[in-house]
Amino acid sequence: MATASETPHIALTLRDHLPILQVLVPLCTAPLIVLLGDRRIAWGLAFLAAVLSLVVSFLLLMQVMDGSFISYHLGGWAPPIGIEYRIDAANAFVLLLISLTATLVLPFALRSVADEIPARSHTLFYACFTLVLTGLLGVVATGDAFNVFVFLEISSLATYVLVSQGLYRDKRALSAAYDYLIMGTIGATFFVIGIGFLYMTTGTLNMADMAERLVGQGDNRTVQAAFAFIVVGMGLKVAIYPLHLWLPAAYNYAPSAVTVFLAATSTKAAMYVLLRFMFSVFQPEFVFDTNLLLWILAPFALLAMFAASLIAVFQTNFKRMLAYSSIAQIGYMLLGISLFSVTGLSATMVHLFNHGITKAALFMAVGALVLRSGNTFYDRIEGMGRVMPLTGAAVVLGGLSLIGVPGTAGFISKWVLVQAAFEADLWWVALLIVASSLLAVIYMWRVIEVLYLHTPHPEAIHKEAPLSMVIPMWIAAGACVWFGIDTSLTMGAANTAAIGLMGGTDGMALTPTVGGLLGTGH
Amino acid sequence: MTLEFFIGHINYWLFIVLMMTGFYIVVSAGNLVKKVVGLNIFQVAVFMLYISIGKVTGGTAPIFPTDMMGKIKADPEIVYSNPLPHVLILTAIVVGIATTSLALALIVRIREAYNTIEEDDILEIDARTARAENIIHGEAMGGRA
Repeated sequence: MATASETPHIALTLRDHLPILQVLVPLCTAPLIVLLGDRRIAWGLAFLAAVLSLVVSFLLLMQVMDGSFISYHLGGWAPPIGIEYRIDAANAFVLLLISLTATLVLPFALRSVADEIPARSHTLFYACFTLVLTGLLGVVATGDAFNVFVFLEISSLATYVLVSQGLYRDKRALSAAYDYLIMGTIGATFFVIGIGFLYMTTGTLNMADMAERLVGQGDNRTVQAAFAFIVVGMGLKVAIYPLHLWLPAAYNYAPSAVTVFLAATSTKAAMYVLLRFMFSVFQPEFVFDTNLLLWILAPFALLAMFAASLIAVFQTNFKRMLAYSSIAQIGYMLLGISLFSVTGLSATMVHLFNHGITKAALFMAVGALVLRSGNTFYDRIEGMGRVMPLTGAAVVLGGLSLIGVPGTAGFISKWVLVQAAFEADLWWVALLIVASSLLAVIYMWRVIEVLYLHTPHPEAIHKEAPLSMVIPMWIAAGACVWFGIDTSLTMGAANTAAIGLMGGTDGMALTPTVGGLLGTGH
Repeated sequence: MTLEFFIGHINYWLFIVLMMTGFYIVVSAGNLVKKVVGLNIFQVAVFMLYISIGKVTGGTAPIFPTDMMGKIKADPEIVYSNPLPHVLILTAIVVGIATTSLALALIVRIREAYNTIEEDDILEIDARTARAENIIHGEAMGGRA
């Protein structure tokens, strides 16, 4: 057992500490905000933390784009005894999405939060926001199974608080937050039971070590139960179709800025954990019959794509409609997993990112509409596209990306997904993907029709949203187009990530290939 | 199933009973506070599972004796229990307390806003609000909200 004192002293630069800085910066910012207790400083600090996280995650992604990984040993304790942070292409990509969204949401939140939440709550609001950021980044960065649970609960608990802050506009935010709390806690507890079973079998909590010890344990009933508990537990957090009941209310009644952040990141981080456990820790090709995955997950994915899209078509509230559309889009990601190929996983990873930025743009537009119209019921936002041309155009761009029109980010992910379906000789799945996209055409067209082809509501404020909201909205909408044309960053990272994930144990090998930087003194 | 098998796995049986009790309360209780109590029982069941698997037959408390200089004098003869699951559960207990307190705080606010903590009443109030919204916003669009 290597102790800290045995580790030879190695001169370290700040660059070597990037994996922990990713989590540490927002984690330290949250109590600082509470202690300083000033609402102006609160926003500034939160924004600073988000920008620093973005820089760190970008540097990390650049280091691992070639398929290598960074293993960071907390406190110099070598894994599997110590806690390890492990950054590879898969999680660096998700880290970038999370910190990018946080950086975009905060400038947007300045006006939106001021409008929707009383000033006395602002300090604590931003403190909770940085805690959510900390938790999500931690969940994704860590390579320790129990650490995942702890960070998951940090982010979830802060999220419940943020959702409940919608109570100043609608008291249903409270019951939405309570329902989310109950279901989220059940999900997290299921996850912990799964980890407990894995610990009973392997005697380790390090995910890479666990993966090595699970090889050939496929018939072990404890391992099978662990798999089931982890998939169902994370499924609740991801909002996989039959487990999605908390999502529409939570997204609908949360403050606009919170919805933007949640929709773009929190289900995505949970989806990443699901991927990490299903592929890196369990390696289904050793542990389970792979066809089983297709026949269990694909029906739920298809059900989500159609049922949730159909419900979205009949909504009369823009924000609620987008919430149902999110459930449908999670179906696409799940379908990519169930196809069980490098292409399928690439589709999941790239859709994770593309859907994140698309929904960020759309929910920011919702926030701008709420500021000017009071709410987003279709009869209230009638004609607002004419008086708010920039917001209206962002809705159109985001909508096109949601449908998957060529030239937008959404097209790239659906294209890869259709390719994966053909690779698996499932042409009818490819047809269903296209058919469900047609439902997206219907529900997006309804919104666009309402926004442009009616006369504006007399009670709405006929003015474009402030620049602090329009600029982040357009960065996100612009990203939808940018990543639809230049796919080198997104597809490159998604492909590297998918190959790493499909590599199973090789992808999680204990011997660091490149960049095993810290405390490897033995 | 022999009696020996049953007694040998007694901690797992208790875990299952406790977990299902808690889970059933969460699902079936109509009172929001009772739901939180159910959630707590559910979580405690998991704590018990973790703690019980840390026990090593014949093992004692995992505390190494040290000499005057603080140097560890570990006796290879002595069997120790596994302390790691206990440490994990300390963290999980903290998480559980945070969850409970947040849930109770939410219930206080729900009671202020709805004047009830019965789920059925809250659902009814929410449904009534939704119907009112339908009348205001839905009919103008020829649909339902």
